[in-house]
This record gives sequence, C-alpha cells and structure tokens, in this order.
Amino acid sequence: MGGYGDVQLLRDDGKRLDGRALDELRPVTVEAGVLPAADGSARVTHGLNVAVVAVYGPMEAHPRKIQRQDRAVIDVRYNMAPFSTSDRIRPGFNRRSREISKVTAEALESVVLVERFPRSKIRVEIEILAAEAGTRCVGITAAAVALADAGIPMRDLIVGVASGKIEDTVVLDLDKAEDNYGQADLPVGILPNTGEVAFLQMDGDLSPDEFNLAMEYNFKAAGEIHDIMVEALQRRYEGGEA
Amino acid sequence: MGWRLGRIGENRMSQGQTGAEQRLVTPGMAVGPSAGMRAGSGIIAKNDEFIATRLGWLQTQHNTVSVNPINAAYMPRSGDLVVGVVAEVRNNLWFLNINGSFQGLLPMSLAPWKVEFGAARIYMDVGDVVLARVQEVDECHNVVLTMKGVGLRKLNQGAVLDVPVQHVDRIRGANNERLQTLRDLSDCRIMVGENGRVWVDGSSDGIAWTRNALQRVTNEGHKTDFDALMAELEQLNKGDA
Repeated sequence: MGGYGDVQLLRDDGKRLDGRALDELRPVTVEAGVLPAADGSARVTHGLNVAVVAVYGPMEAHPRKIQRQDRAVIDVRYNMAPFSTSDRIRPGFNRRSREISKVTAEALESVVLVERFPRSKIRVEIEILAAEAGTRCVGITAAAVALADAGIPMRDLIVGVASGKIEDTVVLDLDKAEDNYGQADLPVGILPNTGEVAFLQMDGDLSPDEFNLAMEYNFKAAGEIHDIMVEALQRRYEGGEA
Repeated sequence: MGWRLGRIGENRMSQGQTGAEQRLVTPGMAVGPSAGMRAGSGIIAKNDEFIATRLGWLQTQHNTVSVNPINAAYMPRSGDLVVGVVAEVRNNLWFLNINGSFQGLLPMSLAPWKVEFGAARIYMDVGDVVLARVQEVDECHNVVLTMKGVGLRKLNQGAVLDVPVQHVDRIRGANNERLQTLRDLSDCRIMVGENGRVWVDGSSDGIAWTRNALQRVTNEGHKTDFDALMAELEQLNKGDA
C-alpha cells in the first residue's frame, strides 16, 4: 500500500483503469498436471500472474526434528522467479517469501487431512513466473489444485482471492497499480464448500462495513474460481471410467 | 455478517460427473446423504452428508460410499507383496525403498539366509532388488519386511518397471487372470508388487513388450475401459504394443 496520492484509479464512469467493474475478477485459467516429474502439479494464470506449483509426497519428513508423531507437516516454498517482475529479483529466499511460505503452509494445513500421514512431509513448491499483484492468492489456488492432482486427501479445495480499497471504494482483485497506490488489501483463503476462511491478512485500514463488503466480494469470487479449479481437474481426466 | 454466505458451492455440488454412472469427484464435493450408508475410503461424513476428500471416481458398493482415487501414494499394509530396492545396509539389517513414504526395515532374522552380525552387506548391498512381504506396519508407519516365505527372494535378473499404485489390482485382475494373460502374451515371468513395482524377466523382446504394455496402462488406465485396453493388447503382436 503505497498510498494513493494523486493517482487516479477509478475512471469517471465508475469503472477501474483496466475497464473492470468493482466486483469483477481478472481472467483466471487453471491447468492441472503440467509437470510430469511431480506427484501433482498445476499452473494458474490470474490476470498477468503466472504460478506453477509442484507437490511431492507424502514422504518421510527430514530432518527428523521437524517430524510430528501424529500428523504430516506441509513444507511450502514460495519463490518468485528473478524475471517475474519489471525489476529483477535477487534469486533465493528473502523475508517476504519466507513469510508467504509460512502463511501458505498454515492455510494448507487446515485443509489437508494431515493426521492421515504421521511423521510425513508434503512438499509444495510454488514458483511465481510472472507477478502482477496477488501472487500469494494465486499460489494458494494453484497449490490446492496440485495437491488434489497428487491425490492428497483434503476437506475442500481452498481458493486464494483478494479484495481491497482504492479511492475510498472497495474493489475485488487488485491489479498492480491498485495494489501499489490503493489504500487497503485483504487477501483471504476460502473453503468454498464449507464457507470457512483458512487464511486472512489485511494491509491498510478498512471500516467494518468496508470489510464486510470486501469479504462478500471475496466469497463471490471464490465460488467462481472454485468452478474453474474443478473444471480443470475434470478436464485432465475427462472421458474416464473407473 | 453479510459476507458469511457459507456453502457457496452448494448448488454446484451435484455437478462434476463425466458419465451416467461414474462421477468424478474433487475434494470438498458433497456426494450424497449419509443416512443408511457407510463412509468408505476417501469419504468423510459431515452434517448428515458425505464429502469427498480425494480426486477420483465415486463408488457405491454394499452400502459403502468410497472414492477410487486417480492418484495415490503407496500405503503399506501387513501381508503386501512388494518389490523393494536396498537403500541402506547396517550391521544387522537392511533398509529397503518400497516406493512408500517410509523405507521398510528388513532385519537379518527375517532374511532367508543365516547372516552373521556385520556381514549383511555380503548377502545384499545397496541397489539390490528383492521380493519381500510386509510383516508389520505400526501406527507411526514403521514398516517391517520379511523374506521368509514361499517365493520371496533376491531378484538377480530381469527388469523392474513402475506402474501407478491404484492400477495394481486392475492389472492383476480377479484371481490374477489379467496378470496371467500378460505373462502368456509376453512369455515373461512377471511379479506385480502391491507397491506399484513390477518385476519382469524373460527375453529382451518380451520385457520390451511388457514395458510398452504397462506404459499404456499407466497413461490410459485411469480413463479407458480396462478390459478393452487388455483386449487391445492381446490383439497386438509381441513388440508392436
């Protein structure tokens, strides 16, 4: 949230700079099973964001000190490729990627039936190939599809989606300009079938009414993205019989 | 709370089928009421409803609803016949890679030879392939293997091929009928481990034919009628699969 200053983010006709309505998502595509070497994988494009996720496991957790006797641990590595933004990103982990890896792992742990795999580890590698605001949400969405593709049991397909505030107006799915110059950002991880929230962060300030409206946008968008995720998984195995 | 809509996917829950009888379900999808039915593998009961937890085909047999997963990791069970690869050797035991989350432990007391302490490496070294059986699995997934039993041995020749674990039962067929068909067609000795490893021994042509046939099973086994695939394989001459 860089503060909006004099930057105009809403057009005179009430639409956003890229022509979207206030509650309109950027185009989303999902593809399952894109990496043959991984146990499960997915590619998600969301606007100009591109994320590829590979899932390995469950496998024996190493080092042994991270093992849990009653459940699996989820080891998430979120990484942005050096060429993913206009300014080259120094390769390797940094404070931001560690934070996103941690919150993503916690979101996924509440969805995956980790108690089925004691002492095990499920590795989730999230690689952001192109970034245009909202990469942590795209990473969560792609991770859910990749986990399902790997045959990992889950309570639901978690969906990552964000709303925010620009020019004192609540909008869905911030793009780069809105993220940089807007007033607030509210990324959440939603379980569409149960209506639960597994992950929520807020950057900036929202009044209770704005917060409720932002969550309403998020839930609506989560339903739309969930449909695309289910369709992608079905498309991968379409025409099949058990 | 206006945003707490809950159960957003409720209207879509009955969707997701690709055939008249077989439903492809995804995690979180409601698959029907739980009244009078039992939850099988890949299903949890919540609020009088069954929820799928895995990606796979929905099955109902004998009042039990379950999901036949499209992808699955090997979970060892006592009595499983497995093809293992020696991964580590200690003074009195071997650790075998059995294609599961954890290595299997083969103590020298359950080996088919009389092994002196410290001489385990003389009998089997890292990389050797063995046919073993799962003796015991505890709640923490520790796996103990045995090589004491009819047919359990070190495999000194042939090739080891990988197939998806969820296709093993279908490759074998009822009473190993399909497996016998594969043996007849390839003129090879074939052993199918529960862990998705297949040992094949015979002529190089026979092994190549079996490799191609199993590759087709791997690629198409989840979506093609399996009997039709096997019938098609039967029609193909050796080396043409």
